[in-house]
Amino acid sequence: MPVLRRLLIALPSVMGVIVVTFLLTRALPGDPAIYFAGPAATQQAIAEIRHAMGFDRSLPAQFVDYVRHLSRGDLGTSLTTGQPVLSELAARLPASAELTLTALVLSVGIALPLGIVAALRPGSPVDHVCRIITTAGVSLPTFFTGLLLVYLFYYLAGVAPAPLGRLDTFSTPPPHYSGFYLVDSLIAGDFVTFRAALGQLLLPSATMAIFSLAPLARITRASMLAALGSEFIRTARASGLGRRRVVCVYALRNALLPVITTLGMVFSFMLGANVLVEKVFAWPGLGSYAVDALIASDYAPVQGFVLAMALLYVMLNLMIDLIYCLLDPRVRLDA
Amino acid sequence: MELAPCVPNQIGGDMQRRAFLKGATATGATAFAAPYIRPAAAQSRSATLLTLSESGPNNLDIMGVGTNRPGYEMSWNCYDRLLTYAVKKDQNGNDHYDYTKFEPELAESWDLHDLSVTFKLRKDATFHDGTPVTAADVKWSFDRAVSVGGVATFQFKAASLERPEQFVIVDDHTFRIDFLRKDRLTMPDLVVPTPIVINSGLAKKHATDKDPWATEWVKNAEAGGGAFQLEKWTPGQEIIFRRFDGWKSGPLPKIERVIWRTIPSAGTRRALMQRGDADISVDLPPKDVSELAERGKLHIVGTPIENAIQYFDMNVKMKPFDNLKVRQAIAYAIPYQKIMDAAMFRRGKPMFGGSGEVTQPIWPQPSPYVTDIAKAKKLLSEAGFPSGFETTLSFDMGAAVINEPICELTQESLGRMGIRVALNKIPGANWRAEFAKKTLPFSANVFGGWLNYPEYFFFWNYHGQNSIFNTMSYQDPAMDKLIDAARFETDTKKYEDEIEGCIRIAFAETPRIPVFQPYLDVAMQQNISGYRYWFHRQLDYRQLAKG
Repeated sequence: MPVLRRLLIALPSVMGVIVVTFLLTRALPGDPAIYFAGPAATQQAIAEIRHAMGFDRSLPAQFVDYVRHLSRGDLGTSLTTGQPVLSELAARLPASAELTLTALVLSVGIALPLGIVAALRPGSPVDHVCRIITTAGVSLPTFFTGLLLVYLFYYLAGVAPAPLGRLDTFSTPPPHYSGFYLVDSLIAGDFVTFRAALGQLLLPSATMAIFSLAPLARITRASMLAALGSEFIRTARASGLGRRRVVCVYALRNALLPVITTLGMVFSFMLGANVLVEKVFAWPGLGSYAVDALIASDYAPVQGFVLAMALLYVMLNLMIDLIYCLLDPRVRLDA
Repeated sequence: MELAPCVPNQIGGDMQRRAFLKGATATGATAFAAPYIRPAAAQSRSATLLTLSESGPNNLDIMGVGTNRPGYEMSWNCYDRLLTYAVKKDQNGNDHYDYTKFEPELAESWDLHDLSVTFKLRKDATFHDGTPVTAADVKWSFDRAVSVGGVATFQFKAASLERPEQFVIVDDHTFRIDFLRKDRLTMPDLVVPTPIVINSGLAKKHATDKDPWATEWVKNAEAGGGAFQLEKWTPGQEIIFRRFDGWKSGPLPKIERVIWRTIPSAGTRRALMQRGDADISVDLPPKDVSELAERGKLHIVGTPIENAIQYFDMNVKMKPFDNLKVRQAIAYAIPYQKIMDAAMFRRGKPMFGGSGEVTQPIWPQPSPYVTDIAKAKKLLSEAGFPSGFETTLSFDMGAAVINEPICELTQESLGRMGIRVALNKIPGANWRAEFAKKTLPFSANVFGGWLNYPEYFFFWNYHGQNSIFNTMSYQDPAMDKLIDAARFETDTKKYEDEIEGCIRIAFAETPRIPVFQPYLDVAMQQNISGYRYWFHRQLDYRQLAKG
């Protein structure tokens, strides 16, 4: 029940997003009809294209049309790729999600232990290493890290596969169940494709992990420090509880709340905003799709993308709240 | 974390349908086959071509709305036209299409009269599904072009092909076009990518009352009879072609399969080429091309793009560019050689430092201007601006790799004579709308004529009809008279005089400052041969060979 109520609360914001994205895309400079008519088009050709796209009608009429299509689940057709926006988002979301999740697993696997150890021994060499890694991770732009990794591991060492997207040229995608190639190839029992997909994932996810490591490690360190300095830890220690139990159960569990929040933020950010990593590795993800559409003033994909991201944020926030409840019984959804 | 996978599941049905519609190689049936297919695929690598580009096709229908340039490549290789162009060697010994000579494609022969042309079609030619190509298919395709509206209709109209009644089926393998008027462009216009011959029987099955020309279907499928057939298309990622072994309109291509991947990052494309994992890459920035050419590991072919110039435009209707001396001063202040060296890495043919005498009807040809700051300063003082002025230089961010350094170098050079230039970077989607307003005082741009006729360039750029590309709002009755005469001139000597006259006026009045003729650069592995330059600037797989 509280979950349902939370979803209902999100409805107005989703409707707001629909109106705002519609208006914002219309307010973009540039004229899609002129763009798609090509360089040598005449005025009449441009007018015909504008009419075909329905952009010669009034804004309210266009909006009513947009909402009517939306209610049927029709997000329109992209002019840049010529495909229905819905099917493109459906094809690209798993690609982005698979990459982002792999990157997050990598970065959580490094950031959590690093942050914890750094917090346990503030000022120690480990703490300094943590500081250096996080500073470097944040300050290196992802396209640079990406190209550097390609240069080192693909071009020079030749150990990484060619950065050709989700699969190399001679592999066939696994049958579609979840859209995650790793999962789908396992379901199909096709280990060759699994290895191929994993190989393609390594460099881009490492690039993203290096970038997302920093906020996670820092927040872990900071909240661990705060937790370790608090009174209940002092009590626990005074009561003679083992060090492992004090750190892993009492301190860590309490320190995890801000980490989960940051994780959610980092996840949603990386899902849609990793244009540069996607470009470098030719990854067919959401971010580059949206940016390409934006550059071309291609309204339908931009609207579809923003809407999809808004829905995703709503769901993600809900999930984070649910995880909160699990971690901390004091948190309630209806509060 | 179960959230993400559940979203595509809800709409998975749509995905499946799309895969089915495209006639893709069964996405769902390869689960167990994949591991076993692999060795076979590896063997056929020697006959498989892997090409890279920055973007892929957005529409498989050349007559569709907004089909992009990569779309021409698909159309060029998968569909046949009635005619094609012959081949010649260019100055560097590379294959170059020859626009002076037609060759048969679907038509074995043709008979050109004053007001009609009759084509004899190959009797053995079939489409990819095995149905014979007949005159009815040609008529349906051409009717479609003049009826469907948009770019295709305009392309046909430009050659005086306007009404379905002009296209006549004489018998199954004889097709006639009746001309509305004598137009020099009619025949050349049958060789551009647009006039494809579509399998009308197949397409009609997918036509509806609302969509009689099956545009929705042809957009995502292929219904041609060209040398290659579509195997699989994943928009934005990859497109795969397979050779059509029953192709009769020319020698059977040596390449059996073409995989064309979209790799947006130029750095990645370069790495793939240097490692030898890809066979051909286009869309490489000048810096990469020049470095690759120096290293010599790859085969680089740079062909000057016909009838194309990168230039600066000054709006002659706006102050201070209404003053000829100001325009000349700017033309003497452009850092030409620096642009060639530091911005273009010499991947362009200089269009400056000419003799000043126009003796040949060749376009583009070098202007008489060179960088001469002293002379520029003198002209500027004479024009009444001894201490310079302020202006903005606008350019298209869509081509920022080239435009940005060119404009920055120019900004610096003009600054030395007191002209304070602000750079106005206009996003790609907005660029055309902005320069169409003709309110940009000073801008950098490139124009390439589709057809290699100088009068075509002058008509679009210098004619007083003030087309969108006449960014300088230049109007001169003497120029108009020469252009109009040249367009319909039948006497060669007179034609050449008229073209030379146009060039002379363009240089003397200098509303536009030519800088260079851009190259079409293609990087290939050393074992790739048979590359041919085409006016549409896309790859033709039919002549390529590997090994």
